Amino acid sequence: MARRAGAPEVNAGSMADIAFLLLIFFLVTTTIETDAGLDRMLPPIEPPETDVIIKQKNIFQVLINRNGQLLADDNIIEIKDLRAKAMDFLDNNGDGTCTYCRGRKIAESSDNPTKAIISLKNDRETKYSTYITVQNEIVGAYNDLRNRETQRLYGQDFTTMEATYLNPETPSSVKDELKEKVKKIQDLFPQKFSEAETSTSN
Amino acid sequence: MSKFAKKKSGDLPAVNTASLPDIVFMLLFFFMTVTVMKDSTVKVQNTLPNASEIKKLEKKDRVITIYVGAPTREYQSTFGTEPKIQLNDKFASPSEVGDFILMERAKKAQELQNVLTTSLKVDKDANMGLISDIKQELRKVNALKVNYTTYEGDAFNNLK
Repeated sequence: MARRAGAPEVNAGSMADIAFLLLIFFLVTTTIETDAGLDRMLPPIEPPETDVIIKQKNIFQVLINRNGQLLADDNIIEIKDLRAKAMDFLDNNGDGTCTYCRGRKIAESSDNPTKAIISLKNDRETKYSTYITVQNEIVGAYNDLRNRETQRLYGQDFTTMEATYLNPETPSSVKDELKEKVKKIQDLFPQKFSEAETSTSN
Repeated sequence: MSKFAKKKSGDLPAVNTASLPDIVFMLLFFFMTVTVMKDSTVKVQNTLPNASEIKKLEKKDRVITIYVGAPTREYQSTFGTEPKIQLNDKFASPSEVGDFILMERAKKAQELQNVLTTSLKVDKDANMGLISDIKQELRKVNALKVNYTTYEGDAFNNLK
């Protein structure tokens, strides 16, 4: 009797078809891009126990009405001018204690960046897109100032530094080093940005 | 002459496709590793506004998403054309947001429960009234970290 030459070979011709089927399934269900957006902290609902008295000159009040018009410190302004106005306010250095500021030291404007507060108030009828634009400009004002200081101290942009710090793929040795730098810059221009409750104007 | 004529004889050789499965498998594994399953169908119009000062929303397991927008055409007959909130797969009123957040938070691992971010995917045509209501609800359940999810782009495109 003739010996068999091993087991017969399995026909793998349809393997490609099966693999294609799976591939198409994963292609359809996949979403590669990560979402991105503006990070904000909401104020806690419990009011603070001690009332802090804030000088009027340390608050930069931004109001958006239902038509998307902007009122910043009682002046009607265009949204494109908001970033420069907010930067002037934050960088003002009224009491001269801020050594790195380059503001004009106007007595009626903010004392120093750690005291300066931007308050944003909107109407219920305000469009979301307008609101996001205004938020973007205010965050942009902070980022521009922080970039300026980071350029001076470390020779790079704050936004790129922070992105590297937040990236989960960054090795922890680099992260520890960046943590201090990020913290330091954040302390130079702390984001004191309050979102007041919506007015129900009519 | 006969030298050249010889070469032309015979059929075109078939392309060897033996390595095709390998290539396909390679692609397959790539997509299998990067894939994130869509967890809910969006039932609202969801054109996000543009912003330039954005931060990436890393780690999807720490994110709870709330959609807001006008219902898409197939739902307009039932739910109208006013912007609505969508939680998971159904439309909801602002008062349900708090419970939803608490429920989603309870589903997450213990160590993640304090670091959750709420991603607000809001259509650019929505009004702030609804958003304010959501924000108020989020404050009530102490979900203070929010991310206004946007597309990357010039923020002034929103005003057009």
